Amino acid sequence: MSGAPPSPPPLIRLTGVTKIYGHGQASMAALRGIDLDIGEGEFVAVMGPSGSGKSTCMNILGCLDTPTRGSYLFRGVSVEDLGRNQRAMLRRHYLGFVFQGFNLLNRTSALENVELPLIYRGLPAGQRRAAARKALAAVGLSDWEGHTPGELSGGQQQRVAIARAIVTEPAVLFADEPTGNLDTARSREIMELLTTLNREHGLTVVMVTHEPDMALYAKRTVHFVDGKVAADTNGEGG
Amino acid sequence: MLWNALLLALREIRRNVLRSVLTTLGIVIGVAAVITMVTIGGGATAQVTQQIASLGTNLLIIRPGQRLGMGQRGIAPPFKLEDAVAIAREIPSIAAVAPSASQSATAITGNANWSTAAYGVDNRYLAVRNLTIQEGRPFSDGDLRAGRAVCILGATVRKELFGTQNPLGSNIRLGKISCQVIGLLEAKGQSTMGRDQDDIILLPLRTFQRRIAGNQEISLIQVSVREGIATEKAQADLEQLMRERRRIGPGEDDDFQVRDMKEVAQMLTGTTRILTSLLGAVAAVSLLVGGIGIMNIMLVSVTERTREIGIRLAIGALEREVLLQFLVEAVVLSSFGGVAGILLAMVASLGMSRLLEVPFILNPGIIVLAFFFSAAVGVIFGFFPARKAARLDPIEALRHE
Repeated sequence: MSGAPPSPPPLIRLTGVTKIYGHGQASMAALRGIDLDIGEGEFVAVMGPSGSGKSTCMNILGCLDTPTRGSYLFRGVSVEDLGRNQRAMLRRHYLGFVFQGFNLLNRTSALENVELPLIYRGLPAGQRRAAARKALAAVGLSDWEGHTPGELSGGQQQRVAIARAIVTEPAVLFADEPTGNLDTARSREIMELLTTLNREHGLTVVMVTHEPDMALYAKRTVHFVDGKVAADTNGEGG
Repeated sequence: MLWNALLLALREIRRNVLRSVLTTLGIVIGVAAVITMVTIGGGATAQVTQQIASLGTNLLIIRPGQRLGMGQRGIAPPFKLEDAVAIAREIPSIAAVAPSASQSATAITGNANWSTAAYGVDNRYLAVRNLTIQEGRPFSDGDLRAGRAVCILGATVRKELFGTQNPLGSNIRLGKISCQVIGLLEAKGQSTMGRDQDDIILLPLRTFQRRIAGNQEISLIQVSVREGIATEKAQADLEQLMRERRRIGPGEDDDFQVRDMKEVAQMLTGTTRILTSLLGAVAAVSLLVGGIGIMNIMLVSVTERTREIGIRLAIGALEREVLLQFLVEAVVLSSFGGVAGILLAMVASLGMSRLLEVPFILNPGIIVLAFFFSAAVGVIFGFFPARKAARLDPIEALRHE
């Protein structure tokens, strides 16, 4: 954050982002002017009590939702100026998602779930399959590629979801309470996996959690309270 | 992009076998029911039409007695052979005149007897009634002039009296006389009124009058009108002639009636038309019920599919890619169901037409209509809820419970 030469814009820069749900008297502000920079290769944990706006912020970062006011620069590109389709293309090429509820396609094998983003990228079948196998191997599920979500444990389903998120080699991985539905042992496995991806592959990870134990894996922790950033601490974990 | 959509659509169909089968089933039943109904209805209509044609629409039938309403006649003197001769001579628009007399009679062979109708006729009767000699010969001039004891059997009489044996040359007893079988008629089947047209024995008119009826009466004169001449004109001429011959003064009612077979034909066609409309209405209802079935399945699966749409949007699918996939799914399922329904309808209507003994006539119009209606229902109710979901923000779609 030193001044001297104009540094290249960070991966993500939020300036004064506000999100208001509803209209008039019934309106409710979920975010009240968030300023946040996230650089390449960071591992950020976003914490806060429920209702603090951390998930809303995550959805805006992931281009799944749009801010009411404020600006969002992704690699210097102003996201609020993009149309629906352009935001979809941004998600397709640069963003990966992991959700609390896994959000895999039912009755669909692990391999086909992981292949899905590549189908939208238009990759030929052979390359698609090879990349999906590689991603499943990276999360340690090579032997489970033919299993459907119903045949996998929660931890395994979340690992499939991570494989699906990283198969496109995104610029950033957004994880919304990735361990929220898992027991402690499974949660640790998932966090270790995310840490490995961050350290060894340089993947930027932004994770929402309300469990301090999980936040310890991150290099930086951002605390949300009442739709505002209350604290931003660096150097924890690792 | 289309290829991708096809790939995704086929994967979704394969994964959700039950949902796919239920959707398809609605369409299959809708399509099959409509096509079967209309095919059977069409077959029945065609059969009636064909029977009417075999009746001859250029046929006039003259009977003694006034017309008093449906099927009733007053009492009046019968015709004579001379009346028939006069008609043939005086009215140029007439092609053939066939006088006949008839009464019921019991035919007996060695060990069988059968109660039937005996007709005294000449060979013109065969022409007027569209009867064909299958085996043997028609009456010769000698038979007719001399009143020989010979007869021609209808198919039913032949079967009842002789079974599978060949009756040609055998003798049967009819009333007080014994007569030789010289010819066999080709089977005509039931008439539109349900009368067995094959349950008849034909004898030369003179034989019948002298040896069975014991009088000179003619009970019926059938007249066929020349091609291209209106039956109304011939009917008017006939009525004029018969009034003169029967000495009916001006202002007096006819004591005979002339019936145009065309009227009968029109009445029957009207009845069949009502029947066909009725079947069509039943078919429309089944199509509607099938359509509601498709609609329900499609709408019920929307909740599950809204989340699926959210997932797809989140990982970077464009709205139009998602929509194309759903459209392809709906089209594939609907077309598959439509084709299966058409095949099922073919089998069902073929079976039913055999069972009901009506001709099997497919109506391409209704096949196309049923197919496109069901397909449209499937596509509309598969597509529009999906479009609604695909327009949500991805996060809204994902939250959908």
